[in-house]
Amino acid sequence: MAASNSKKAPAKSDPNSFGAKVRLLFAGNNGYTLRKPMRQWWWLFMAPVTIAFCIGFVWPFIQGIYLSFCEFRALDDVKPIGVGNYIKVFNDKGFLHSFGLTALFAVTSLVIINILAFAVALALTSSMKGSNIFRTVFFMPNLIGGVVLGYIWTMIFDGILVNTPVNSIVNDPNWGFWGLIILVCWQQIGYMMIIYIAGLNAIPGDLYEAARIDGATGWQILWNVIIPNVMPSITICMFLSLTNGFKLFDQNLALTNGLPKEIADGAVVSQSELLALNIVHTFKNTPGVAQAKGVLFFILVAALGLAQLGITRKREVQQ
Amino acid sequence: MADVKKTTPATTAGVDPKTMKKAKKTKLKKDYVALTVLFSVISIVYVFPVFAVLMNSFKTSTYVKTQTFALPFNTDEFPNMWAGFDNFANGMSIGNYEFWKCVVYSLVITLLSTFLIIFCTTMAAWYIARVNSIFCKIIYFLCVFSMVVPFQMVQFTLSQTANKLHLDTPWTIPIIYLGFGAGLAIFMFVGFVKSIPIEIEEAAAIDGCGPVKTYFIVVLPMLRPTIISVSILEIMWIWNDYLLPSLVLDNEKYRTIPIHVQYLKGSYGTIDLGAVMALLLLSIIPVVIFYLSCQKYIIKGVAAGAVKG
Repeated sequence: MAASNSKKAPAKSDPNSFGAKVRLLFAGNNGYTLRKPMRQWWWLFMAPVTIAFCIGFVWPFIQGIYLSFCEFRALDDVKPIGVGNYIKVFNDKGFLHSFGLTALFAVTSLVIINILAFAVALALTSSMKGSNIFRTVFFMPNLIGGVVLGYIWTMIFDGILVNTPVNSIVNDPNWGFWGLIILVCWQQIGYMMIIYIAGLNAIPGDLYEAARIDGATGWQILWNVIIPNVMPSITICMFLSLTNGFKLFDQNLALTNGLPKEIADGAVVSQSELLALNIVHTFKNTPGVAQAKGVLFFILVAALGLAQLGITRKREVQQ
Repeated sequence: MADVKKTTPATTAGVDPKTMKKAKKTKLKKDYVALTVLFSVISIVYVFPVFAVLMNSFKTSTYVKTQTFALPFNTDEFPNMWAGFDNFANGMSIGNYEFWKCVVYSLVITLLSTFLIIFCTTMAAWYIARVNSIFCKIIYFLCVFSMVVPFQMVQFTLSQTANKLHLDTPWTIPIIYLGFGAGLAIFMFVGFVKSIPIEIEEAAAIDGCGPVKTYFIVVLPMLRPTIISVSILEIMWIWNDYLLPSLVLDNEKYRTIPIHVQYLKGSYGTIDLGAVMALLLLSIIPVVIFYLSCQKYIIKGVAAGAVKG
């Protein structure tokens, strides 16, 4: 007893011993005072989130990957068929069309949103009168949900188009696309503006002063002082608007629901349908194919997210 | 030499810059006036869609579609435009569903979910940040990972799981929201807990405070600013969320506001549009009130959440 005790005691204090390393691996390296009593309450602190997280994310995710390799209508008759679903996805004209449309949409909205949001942020951080009111107004559309916004804008576009040959936004793919761009810009400019304003306010005033003393013009200050200093905000906003563009669903559903439909090469293609909406529509008739689309969609969005993480990390190191 | 040195700065500082500054100031002032006017015009255009809903909620149904941008008053040309408050009365039960039920369900789901998310994730985040065992690291990694997973990837399996476990009522759907929305909350809370010194909690522990008491008395108050930010983000998400509740809930029985609006959208053209506009207005008003009363926190929360991506 005593021998084993004396053997254990030095192991505890020696940080290089095997036992200490194992403990570090499993229990972390925080002080004993706090950690040891906390561990007795793990069921209170960790269990609720862990259980809900397994129900709400882990299990559906794993099952989703498995089901993308199966043919099924409901969960009680599932037939594994290998990569058949994925082959169908790549032969699905509607999916390919919506993929191209989504990429175009994401890039277009990214450019417009970021340029306008940056310009607005620049104007609002100058000592203009009433900038707080303008900030309030520009941010407001963000709080109204996508479905309600879609309904409002349907009313407005239909009001514009009612006396023209087009008659309604659901009849013309160009109106559908640009209408969605207008809606999304209207909604998200305020959001990006907030991030840009935070970035602009963090620039120390000395920099402007130094540039002005050196005789820099307004454009030179913008290009050589302001933009390099808000680069982190610009990266964040670009990625946010890009991923938002790729993931856009509610607004697309409520504004046009993918209409109009057109028959091309024997396949019905929804002309204004973005990726997310295409996947949700596919779930109605061929859930297996839709699940495979979901997996591909996940890979796409995750790749964007990881790229963002990598780039922001890199910048942090540089600074 | 000394004289020259003394006088040159004095003259340049006394004569040249002052006039220059003055000229610049007046020029700048003019620019700002122009800018203010420009932004006032843009702001009016910006709130126009909401204003259009207000106008149309007082029009009779046919004129909502044909005269969308006219003021809702009777004229010689359009004698029956003004509908008064009839639209609001009709809107309450349009689409064979009582609107007040949607409001109640939306409120219940949003508040319960947000409370549950905040309560459970702060506890878990504290445990993860302080105990930091392998299990904690795995959970933390999975949470960060779940932030990049789009909902379409899990929508089918998640709704099936929810139905099987009977989590398909407004009172149980918060568990789904806790599961799917835990990622961002855990990520932000763990980041914040790591930035506060552990010595405060250790002092409490040495003074005889158990972990549960330490959590409520010491940790929770310190987390307050982040709690507000995360709450705002979760409220904005859950209140406006359409796809998740529409898949999980039985839509004939339980509808949130977005689900109800989308149902009405499905019958666009055949429905009393004036009444729908009144309903849209009623669904926007609480959001605007919430926004105007917590604007400071909302903008802070958005800025904090965006940095995390």
